[in-house]
Amino acid sequence: METFWFCVIALLWLGYLFLEGFDFGVGMLLPVLGRSDDERRVLINTIGPVWDGNEVWLLVAVGATFAAFPAWYAALLSSVYLPLVLFLLALIGRGVAFEYRGKVDSARWRRVWDAVIVAGSWTAALGVGLLLSATVFGMPLDAAGDRVGSPFASIRWETLLGAVAVAGYAFVHGAVFLSLKTEGEVRERARALALRVAPFALLPLLVLLLTVQLRFGSTWTWGASIVVALAAFGAYGRLVLRREGQAFALMGVTVAAAVAALFGALYPDVLPSTLDPAWSLTVAGAASSPYTLTVMTWVAAFGTPAVLVYQGWTYWVFRKRVGTRHIPRVHVP
Amino acid sequence: MDVLDLARWQFGITTVYHFLMVPLTIGLSLLVAGMQTAWVRTGDRKYLAMTKFWGKLLLINFAMGVVTGIVQEFQFGMTWSAYSRFVGDVFGAPLAMEGLVAFFVESTFLGLWIFGWDRLPKKAHLACVWAFSLATMASAYFILAANSWMQHPVGVELVDGRARLTSIWEVLGNNTVLAAFPHTIFGAFAVAASFLVGIAAWHLWRHTDEGPVWRASVKVGTWVGVVAFTGLAISGDQQAKLMFEQQPMKMAAAEALCHTESPAAFSVFAIGDVTRPDCENVKSITVPALLSFLAHNDFTTEVKGIEELIPQYQEKYGANYPVDPRLGELSGMPIDYVPNLPVTYWGFRLMIGFGAIAVGAGLVIQWLVRGGRVPRGRWFKWLTLGSVATPFLGNSFGWIFTEMGRQPFVVVPNPGGVDGVWMFTARAVSSSTPGEVLTSLVALTLVYGVLACVEVFLIRRYVRAGIAGVLPDDKSGSDEDARSEADDVLSFAY
Ligand code: HDD
Ligand code: HEM
Ligand code: HEM
Repeated sequence: METFWFCVIALLWLGYLFLEGFDFGVGMLLPVLGRSDDERRVLINTIGPVWDGNEVWLLVAVGATFAAFPAWYAALLSSVYLPLVLFLLALIGRGVAFEYRGKVDSARWRRVWDAVIVAGSWTAALGVGLLLSATVFGMPLDAAGDRVGSPFASIRWETLLGAVAVAGYAFVHGAVFLSLKTEGEVRERARALALRVAPFALLPLLVLLLTVQLRFGSTWTWGASIVVALAAFGAYGRLVLRREGQAFALMGVTVAAAVAALFGALYPDVLPSTLDPAWSLTVAGAASSPYTLTVMTWVAAFGTPAVLVYQGWTYWVFRKRVGTRHIPRVHVP
Repeated sequence: MDVLDLARWQFGITTVYHFLMVPLTIGLSLLVAGMQTAWVRTGDRKYLAMTKFWGKLLLINFAMGVVTGIVQEFQFGMTWSAYSRFVGDVFGAPLAMEGLVAFFVESTFLGLWIFGWDRLPKKAHLACVWAFSLATMASAYFILAANSWMQHPVGVELVDGRARLTSIWEVLGNNTVLAAFPHTIFGAFAVAASFLVGIAAWHLWRHTDEGPVWRASVKVGTWVGVVAFTGLAISGDQQAKLMFEQQPMKMAAAEALCHTESPAAFSVFAIGDVTRPDCENVKSITVPALLSFLAHNDFTTEVKGIEELIPQYQEKYGANYPVDPRLGELSGMPIDYVPNLPVTYWGFRLMIGFGAIAVGAGLVIQWLVRGGRVPRGRWFKWLTLGSVATPFLGNSFGWIFTEMGRQPFVVVPNPGGVDGVWMFTARAVSSSTPGEVLTSLVALTLVYGVLACVEVFLIRRYVRAGIAGVLPDDKSGSDEDARSEADDVLSFAY
């Protein structure tokens, strides 16, 4: 049961990284691909109807961790405190910026919010990477699960690598997504950019996985890491052939295998202690009671399929490519 | 300041701030759903205009509700980690359910609603706003179940020093949440009602176009306000009875009732210093026996005063904090069981008072604009705008009273059973450094301050622009057949 919930949480993170990953990417690419205001609006509107729903994957991943592994939730969030504050501020800024950017017709107003979107998307993507790699590589925890040492204990080369890895992935993922969801020049630029940067931008992810495997890996997580590399190559190849849909799907396989490799290497710990392995939080030690887990399982069994259906429906309703010719005139007071 | 004080300030500021957006979202979304239903059924343009106008304000507000809510979700782990470990077995479940059952629906269907105008069939589009609105209520239920469990823990046992869930149904069916949910929802409608009345009456005063739209809005708002206030009084009375059983000290603190009285009088207004639990030099205007009625539905029941309660609490829950370095200065010190009396006493009165002013102002405004009349004076403008603020204040004071009145506990002991499941706020806090919490407190407060300015600026702008700001060419909504293929991709864009 505890192991099942560990997998559920890994799946929730996967959903989050896959979905919000391209939201972050679109935000990062705003100044790169959007040369005019209309083009920037095209970019934003590819994710307009869905970004908030994507963000809820994070809330549920965190909420489910609280319910299923309170000790993990408590130790991780309190020990990675300052980076999290920055991460939350970035999410706040991004969310407000999407909603408010178009509400006043002034170039200065839009410039300010564009800057918030770009900075927020970078910071948030880096923050997710840092948080996840902190849980994989561990924190200096004492026997009670409290962090010992400086507030900056979460900032180490491994976690910085994790931060860059997720940001790089989001950048490429966003570009592939845009080549699938836009038309005309923006689409061409997005594709060209993805092809140009992917070899560098995905490198940190592979280095991260290699580091994790060398340190904690088992046979099957090695397998998963190899799938990551193969899927990333596949995505590249499909994009060269202008099969954007398939490339996007293969990016999904890439991130799925990466999450499997990371969480697989973490198991049976949920948050290792770098001071003493005996103090590490484990799946068994951090879990809630079997009764709570049973309740949660029922909720998830009914809730998750419904979520997938209606979120899928949204993507279906807004499935068409967006181009500058679709952007309506600005009508605001 | 130590970590405890900083963490409390941070939680208080962020939550009260979150709860400025929350009631408006909950109340307004249902009213907008009703307006859109009226439009779909009658085809009357007036209702379309109402839906678009109030819907736009709803969206501006909703964005802030979402981003401030995200912070809440993380805060329990960040600043209250000891609390999270103690209650995670029970408390995390409603939180996770809220996400899975409510937030997903809210955010997805709101996206469909915003971008789906003219894209979705009319009925399906209408269903989206209903799904959104009902989901906000569901989210309120789950979070209030979590909060009510802290006020009155049920469905748990103490195992290895941690609360362990034994029945989720008891937690979700806690009599405390059954009373708090209607109270909070009616509070949300009080906010939305005054919002409608105040803003629409202001437009009438300015003699902008679209008189019928504004008149209809004032009317809806007034009647919703009356129903909401009645509901608040009834459910609040229910809560007072539960509080009398479950948290006698909070009851005494609400009244600054120092000595046991039977029958107990309700204090309407106090003159003097209510800070001291012995009530030296406090004069108070009272209604005889009303407190007994609030507490127990008759005019004779004895209500315990603070001085009598203190020894009872000390006997049950200890006179001193344990010696524990994590408690810092409080380690081994006597426990102060009396909540902050000025805050609880005045908080309770301001909650009721501001609510009463809000509904009163609504009725006065409705009467002043009856049959096409519009008062001329500038005072009317201030009346309309002032009335918008009052229920927000009522709600904030209600929460401040509820949360501060349960101090020094974060999980209040259940006097009727559930042995040992309670926790002092002082023990709940993380072992973070003061510097960390101070940084987040300052950063969040500053950002929230800036965002408040932006939101008010935007709302003002859209309020001023009136219907023309949201229905520019007076035809949108009735020109579907004229759309080209290109329009079909986006009928609305950020
Ligand atoms: C009585 C109602 C109520 C109360 C007491 C709270 N909230 Fe809230 N919250 C809502 C009612 C609500 C809502 C009506 O559902 C919101 C407000 C505006 C909105 O966007 O949804 C919301 C938004 C909202 C969101 C964003 C959801 C999204 O992305 O769509 C989160 C994560 C939280 N809240 C979490 C919390 C937590 C952890 C609270 C406890 C301290 C809390 N809220 C108190
Ligand atoms: C489920 C919902 C809620 C939960 C779980 C919750 C929990 C908490 C916790 C853990 C604290 C810190 C301990 C303390 O200082 O008392 C706190 C304090 C506080 N909360 Fe809540 N709260 C909830 C809802 C709210 C709401 C909606 C508001 C108001 C808008 C609110 C207002 C406050 C205030 C003002 C404090 C500070 C009290 C003080 O410093 O003494 N709470 N609450
Ligand atoms: C008219 C008479 C009213 C009575 C008798 C009343 C009673 C109460 C009581 C006893 C509580 C505390 C519950 C507890 O801590 O256990 C409470 C909380 C609260 N009240 Fe009121 N109230 C009234 C009016 C209002 C009004 C007008 C508003 C808002 C406009 C309001 C908003 C709130 C809120 C937001 C809370 C905290 C949330 C909760 O515990 O439900 N109340 N009220």
